[in-house]
Amino acid sequence: MIAELGHFALILALVMATVQTVVPLLGAHRSNTVLMEIGKPSAIAQFFAILFAFCALTNAYITSDFSVANVAENSHSLKPLLYKISGVWGNHEGSMVLWVLILALFGFTVAVFGKNLPPTLRARVLGIQGSIGVAFLAFVITTSNPFLRLNPAPLDGRDLNPLLQDPGLAFHPPMLYLGYVGFSITFSFAIAALIEGNIGPAWARWVRPWALLAWTSLTAGITLGSWWAYYELGWGGWWYWDPVENASFMPWLVGTAFLHSAIVVEKRDALKSWTILLAILAFTLSLMGTFLVRSGVLTSVHAFAVDPERGLFILAILAFFVGGAFILFAIRAPKMALGGLFQPISREGGLVMNNLLLSVATATVFLGTLYPLFLDATTGQKVSVGPPFFNATFIPIMIPLLLLMAIGPMLSWKQGDLASAMSRLWVAAICSGGLGILFWLLNSDKPFTPIIGFAIAGWLGGGALKELADRVLLFRIPLINSLLRARGLPRSAYGMTLAHLGIAIFVCGASADSAWRSEVVFNAKEKDQTEIAGFNLKLQKVDRLKGPNYESERAHILVTKGSKIIANLYPERRFYPVQQMLTTEATIYSTVMADLYATIGEGDKRKGWVLRIWYNPLIPWIWLGCLLMVLGGIISLTDRRLRIGAPEKRVRNYKTAELGAEHG
Amino acid sequence: MAKTIFVLPFLVFFGVVTYFIIPIVKKSDPKLLPSALIDKDVPENKLPPLFENKTGFDHEDLLGGETLVNFFSSWCGPCRVEHDILMKISEEKTIRLFGINYKDQTQAAIRWLDELGDPFEKIVADKDGRAAIDWGVYGVPETYLIDKEGKVRYRHVGPLTERVLEEKLMPIIQLLRNKKDE
Repeated sequence: MIAELGHFALILALVMATVQTVVPLLGAHRSNTVLMEIGKPSAIAQFFAILFAFCALTNAYITSDFSVANVAENSHSLKPLLYKISGVWGNHEGSMVLWVLILALFGFTVAVFGKNLPPTLRARVLGIQGSIGVAFLAFVITTSNPFLRLNPAPLDGRDLNPLLQDPGLAFHPPMLYLGYVGFSITFSFAIAALIEGNIGPAWARWVRPWALLAWTSLTAGITLGSWWAYYELGWGGWWYWDPVENASFMPWLVGTAFLHSAIVVEKRDALKSWTILLAILAFTLSLMGTFLVRSGVLTSVHAFAVDPERGLFILAILAFFVGGAFILFAIRAPKMALGGLFQPISREGGLVMNNLLLSVATATVFLGTLYPLFLDATTGQKVSVGPPFFNATFIPIMIPLLLLMAIGPMLSWKQGDLASAMSRLWVAAICSGGLGILFWLLNSDKPFTPIIGFAIAGWLGGGALKELADRVLLFRIPLINSLLRARGLPRSAYGMTLAHLGIAIFVCGASADSAWRSEVVFNAKEKDQTEIAGFNLKLQKVDRLKGPNYESERAHILVTKGSKIIANLYPERRFYPVQQMLTTEATIYSTVMADLYATIGEGDKRKGWVLRIWYNPLIPWIWLGCLLMVLGGIISLTDRRLRIGAPEKRVRNYKTAELGAEHG
Repeated sequence: MAKTIFVLPFLVFFGVVTYFIIPIVKKSDPKLLPSALIDKDVPENKLPPLFENKTGFDHEDLLGGETLVNFFSSWCGPCRVEHDILMKISEEKTIRLFGINYKDQTQAAIRWLDELGDPFEKIVADKDGRAAIDWGVYGVPETYLIDKEGKVRYRHVGPLTERVLEEKLMPIIQLLRNKKDE
């Protein structure tokens, strides 16, 4: 019964979404306030209807209602509760419900928190957001209904793929969707602005909180996914340039570019059509990601069950929205007034470079990901492009970007002075040289390339900190005054510093891991031991255990250094009888400086077991760096200027306010 | 002129979408990944030998007999899985077996071969993975069957298994050998 109610709720949501599309757009066109206001309640109703459907599906999973086909195919009565819940989005149909739920959530936030938006803009944003909802709800209801019943119901379910039964992956899709579906709202803002033919600093400020929210969630989502791959796949690696990873990475790159170019629109009223283009592109790439993952046109280890019919449907949605958006762009963008002019060497110039490099990087990833498809379609040849291509092309584009990241914030708006900016960066130069030399001395016998990474990271980190120090005039005025100035700085300034520092730390982690990891593989009987990176590892014993829905062999490895006991590691090898699948559960001992990572392979008491131990230096820095980026996003999100209302007044005061800011 | 630039995004997008439709309509299966090099000469790369005191090989050394070329790494889990098969091929002298050590540290690779045994007649090291790009390697392990004229005849992605060897590779090897007899 509840499942049927869920199904009806989805249909109700489709009706609500239709109302949300048609009425406010019409109202905005006719300047009819009453019609425009309908957007709000319909967006809220649509959200709650989908939420109800989502809860109904979750309920079916928790109660193991195997008369629902989707539950029977993806769950099992013995599965732990957490994975019963995460099983809801561990399959195509359920994940699409989550997709539309988040889509509606963003419409809901505009309806509820968008009080400071001009009514016509809000009506149009809600209308566009509603229309995306109509398309995807129609997709869910017609091709991917999660509430279909089975008759007779099976006694038990087929269980979720054991690889997906993991806490990291339980939260990865919701975060990722929050990010990539989140770009729908920036898309809606961009289309609304194109319809109105009016975009300016106020628009950039309105769209910023939603863009930040989407970007922050996407960063967190990608990080969780990478972390999962790291410890669950048991290879000791953390990024594979897999098409599905790329599908989430491309919107991130474009989204990052968008966040930066929107600053130029906000502060200087320039780069307007470019910013709109980026907003459209970010969502285009998100939709394309959804399409690639679900249509099966590309090979990936992550791909969902392949269904060409669904693929065509999503492609039609993609073609309609993006094609329409680009046509509108072609008509309206040339008519937009040119904004403020600026010299090549200026803050704007730096942000333009940032945008160019990020766009080229995106294009590289795009080509690498889709080249097999293009080649197959034109010549019938089949190839695949692997990590060597991406490492050889993507990293060289990133290096100038990272170098620029320290310089850009030092330049002033309109016309910057490169010489003075560089002279202010002496701290960065020292950090860069210092970090480079330090790591070279520590690892002089190892490959040289990571040293470059460390030097760049030092430059970037030092630059980010120096920029903050300059803002509060640290050591130039009494410390107490500096602290007062620090309190007065906008939160977005801290957000930027944190995010840039995060990148620096991430670069350290990635560089160290790419070249300095060491590995020991040995066949161990109980009480055998080995050495790695100064640690002694001894296999104490191997136990057979029984989990809720699996059986496992668990090793106990004692890690010592000298005479000190450092840690106990318990790597496992699990067998899931329902899916007839083996998984390795790696165990990781993490310190700030490195991970000790162990897995257990096949074996028995007589022959011994194959143990693989990795020593991965600075891997935790990768996660720490990403965490700082997320934190930077969250802190920026709490910036006063994004929360405070009365944007109308701000528009009027824009000129004087900006002048003040420039001299400040 | 300035205006036409704004139409560009639409045109590019239109082109991309067309390419998306083709595979769906053709119903091609992306999981089949035969090499782009099938029936073509192997790429010419000069790679250094893995062991300093042994010789490596290049494309000319592949002439004159059928060879399996296996990309492997000490850091790669599935490579370990297929190692027994490689050892078996080497022990039974089924076919000449060469190795390309992919993006690996020399010491790690040598230790790996010490531990598990060295099935390869000759091994070269592709330290930065550039040669792998020319071969079209997606990820290790991958195995290429080369005929006596130095042309790629078959590519296997992922670990070799008993079944792959018997059902896929052996028939082609037999075919190539029979041709030689004629």
